Amino acid sequence: MEMNQYLAMFIEESRDHLQALNENLLLLENNPQDIAIVQNIFRSAHTLKGMSATMGFEDLASLTHEMENVLDLVRNKKLHMNASICDVLFEGLDLLENMVQDVIEGGSGKADVSKVVVALKDIISGDYKATEKSGSGSSIGDEIELDEYQYSVLEQSLESGHFVYYIKVSVRDDCVLKAARAYMVFDTLERHGEVVKSYPTVQDLEQEKFEKTFTVYYISKLDTFTIKSFIENVSEIEHAEIIMVEKESLGQLKTKPAYSLATEGAKRANAEVAVALEEGTSAVQQAAVKPAGNLNRTIRVDIERLDVLMNLFSEMLIDRVRLESLADEIKRNDLTETVEHMTRVSSDLQNIVLKLRMVPVESVFNRFPRMIRDLAKSLEKKVELIVIGAETELDRTVIDEIGDPLVHLLRNSLDHGVESVHDRIKAGKNESGSIYLRAFHSGNHVFIEIEDDGKGINRDRVLATAVKNGVISAEGANELTDDEIYQFLFAPGFSTADKVSDISGRGVGLDVVKTKITSLGGNVHVTSKPGIGTKFSVQLPLTLSIIGGMLIRLHQEKFAIPLSSIVETAILPVNEVRHIHGKTMMDFRDSLIPLIKLDELLDCKKTEQPQNEHEIVIIHKGDKLAALIVDELLGQQEIVIKNLGKYLTDLFAISGATILGDGQVALILDTNALIK
Amino acid sequence: MGEELKVIVFTLAHEQYGVEVEKVKTIERIQPMTRVPKTPPFVKGVINLRGVVVPVIDLRGRFGLPESEYTNDSRIIIVSYGEMEVGLIVDSANDVVDVDSDTIVDPPEVVGGITAKYLRGVAKLIENRLLVMLNLQEVLNKAEIVQLEHIEG
Repeated sequence: MEMNQYLAMFIEESRDHLQALNENLLLLENNPQDIAIVQNIFRSAHTLKGMSATMGFEDLASLTHEMENVLDLVRNKKLHMNASICDVLFEGLDLLENMVQDVIEGGSGKADVSKVVVALKDIISGDYKATEKSGSGSSIGDEIELDEYQYSVLEQSLESGHFVYYIKVSVRDDCVLKAARAYMVFDTLERHGEVVKSYPTVQDLEQEKFEKTFTVYYISKLDTFTIKSFIENVSEIEHAEIIMVEKESLGQLKTKPAYSLATEGAKRANAEVAVALEEGTSAVQQAAVKPAGNLNRTIRVDIERLDVLMNLFSEMLIDRVRLESLADEIKRNDLTETVEHMTRVSSDLQNIVLKLRMVPVESVFNRFPRMIRDLAKSLEKKVELIVIGAETELDRTVIDEIGDPLVHLLRNSLDHGVESVHDRIKAGKNESGSIYLRAFHSGNHVFIEIEDDGKGINRDRVLATAVKNGVISAEGANELTDDEIYQFLFAPGFSTADKVSDISGRGVGLDVVKTKITSLGGNVHVTSKPGIGTKFSVQLPLTLSIIGGMLIRLHQEKFAIPLSSIVETAILPVNEVRHIHGKTMMDFRDSLIPLIKLDELLDCKKTEQPQNEHEIVIIHKGDKLAALIVDELLGQQEIVIKNLGKYLTDLFAISGATILGDGQVALILDTNALIK
Repeated sequence: MGEELKVIVFTLAHEQYGVEVEKVKTIERIQPMTRVPKTPPFVKGVINLRGVVVPVIDLRGRFGLPESEYTNDSRIIIVSYGEMEVGLIVDSANDVVDVDSDTIVDPPEVVGGITAKYLRGVAKLIENRLLVMLNLQEVLNKAEIVQLEHIEG
């Protein structure tokens, strides 16, 4: 069967299920008694098993199968959840993730699952025996589930005077030909009656896919003793445990829940049916939980199609601007009205197109709780991650890039911020630390904050290291604000850690974080109070593809400046320009800021005579300000960001280009490069 | 007989050069270009090619030949190489010929003032016309732009 077309779907859905498993396991670890969570985990594992088996990923299927067995015991209260079981399940989950990753990368999804499988089996066998001993002794139905048809066969046999037996046959430990022995037992049984159902299935038995025992439902007219002797006459059979099934106990069997459809060693067809059923039931359950709320109806769309849509829309936006300027020239009322209407419609359209590309940060955040848990364990710290605002939406391009920087920051908080349990108690704090991960919208930006209640940043140590590394002179150090000092943390190779751990302290990391975030058009700030905690605040633009821009003219050339970096525009009389140490400066709100002659900086050809006043644009980079002299402010516009391709790279003060209404290209200024 | 290559023929300072058809996206007339500050002089700027911003370089300048005024015959050949898409300004482009790859020989050290490094070879056409094949990889070599910038700086 051609599977490729299903592969993408398989990958998407496996990811969802793995994520669900991860989240629910974490929940379960904290609430081991909550059977509802186990049900959720079981459902995810089960669906995953069915899908993997259908796609032919045997290792995936067999591992999920074992995990499912353990979970089944837990949800039927035959097994108590504890930390070690949780760890084994997490280990299994990691393996599953690796395998799915392998599949994504085009591999076969194979891995050595034997270790975890054995661990899972140990859990099952260990506790299973315990329950058997404490139980009533009759273990009918524990392993075998009958379908409607088989049940009715048994019932009719009982009515017609036959006996129904539940037989558990054990082969000897040293048995070499288990399959052959099983066949002989079957052969003997079939001569004197009928085997209705066996566990494992006959196919599995033939392939020796069983450990030491197998069980059958058997109809015969013989008595218990005779059957027992028949079976035990077969060589290498240790013993046969035979229980006669009465009518009442058969009735009990029937009341077993319907999940038995997906029995051990279910065939693929069966698994598929089960998947469908599971989905059906979970949908029903969801509906039952919130009968009033209408379900989110969604479709999955290929990201590339959205990119194409975005590009086409950008083209249209350029034409719209062109139409606007034409309508201005022609000055015909009905044309102007039509264009205005189009402008309104297209800006609505723009909102929708941009929204389509928005993804909740949840898709990045949801892998953190697990990461923090593992990390805290390995560092022997206690910490709680509190995620707030996971529903905050960001452009997909930003989402794709922001994961790694956040991982760095979180690891940093956990490793350097939060103290060990011992130190926390000594400092009079709660023994478990907290890390808050917050996301929220503010204006055209999204803020992501990582705040810990740890020991805070040692300001003096940072300063001392900075002086030692020659980043700053000892005299200059005294004049720095806290914020400026903390910015040293982002310098390449900067580390105040005494010892290098696996997790951080190597001095690579924070500078990478800063570079990445700046390349996304964002910023990082740090605030910290000694003994109370540290907060990293990451500011990100909502979208990277369409921004508000101010168009300016320098002689004959047009440039765009992102609105987000503009403080205000003003007019400056020439006689107010100050010359200090050979630099031009100007007064701005009680302080002096640099005045940059943009045309000279960008080597523009001079065509205009000097005037007696300058038009200026005041820009900011963080708290720092600067003023740019321009020849004319052409006005604000929505600009579509285009990159300049691979040939022109590392340009000075240019971050990209945009296409203007007249079809010309205007470059977008990177104001961050203009402020030192 | 070797492989048949389809080659776009263009002229540059009275010499004929060729570049394989499959590397050429389109051929455009000279159009207004937006200057990009702080780039080598042969980078003439960027153009809007149906919604895509494409950098344009003057091949004369790239090879160190004297630059000349653009005429009605001047063309921008948009080539793509690897992930790069670049426009090359040439004196004219007006022919497509078939070249037998067997007839391409190594270029002499200098052809029409261009060093052999930028050339893939010389092909002999009918009527004894010579066609110099460009080595796009070297022509679009970015490391050299950086070097040039350093020399200027």
